[in-house]
Amino acid sequence: MADGHVEEDVRVKVLVFASYADALGREELEVELPAGATVADCVAEIRRGLGAGVPPAPLVAVNRRYARADRVLVEGEEVALIPPVAGG
Amino acid sequence: MCAWLTHDSLDLGALLSEVTAEGCGATTIFLGTVRRSADDGDVVGIEYSGYDAMAEAELDGVLADARARWPGVRIAMRHRLGYVATGEVSVAIAVAAPHRSAAFDACRFVIDQTKERVPVWKKERLAAGSERWVGPRGG
Repeated sequence: MADGHVEEDVRVKVLVFASYADALGREELEVELPAGATVADCVAEIRRGLGAGVPPAPLVAVNRRYARADRVLVEGEEVALIPPVAGG
Repeated sequence: MCAWLTHDSLDLGALLSEVTAEGCGATTIFLGTVRRSADDGDVVGIEYSGYDAMAEAELDGVLADARARWPGVRIAMRHRLGYVATGEVSVAIAVAAPHRSAAFDACRFVIDQTKERVPVWKKERLAAGSERWVGPRGG
């Protein structure tokens, strides 16, 4: 680009719960993604690194609100992988 | 009125006192209790865990939705986290309304929405000593 601006990578904290935490052996991880990456990209990156303990399109929350797969992530956001809920 | 997660045993009297009001002639209470059934693998208890901050926000949202649909209802609920043995109450919802129709309907709505929206999970502990995660079900 003409002005030399480089879009920086985005780092997000990812919380993992319940059966997904058991499957991945982690409750929290930090994921680094290219600028413009989406929730779906984040999940794919986790699956690449840690295996298929999480399905390809799980329920995801960003900043404690359910988010769609095409939601773009911003530096420092809190992502959570939500197994099928079973409260009540 | 508030929606809370708690690791303590539920105080149903306190919950009722939160919703009681002069103008309310009808009060409903829903209690979700950990049950033991040989058909279900002989569960002796359930370990509840949650994404606490989001679960509180979702519970607030469920109650706000209920109040919007049934204006005038008074609602209180508690959901336990941690280990809950068979026979103990894991979730309690109290609803007071001027008349019974709203009291019944809002109470049903709150438990149904809780089961659908709130990020809480259950791990059953079986009599034989094993554990298993519970999938979503009508309950």
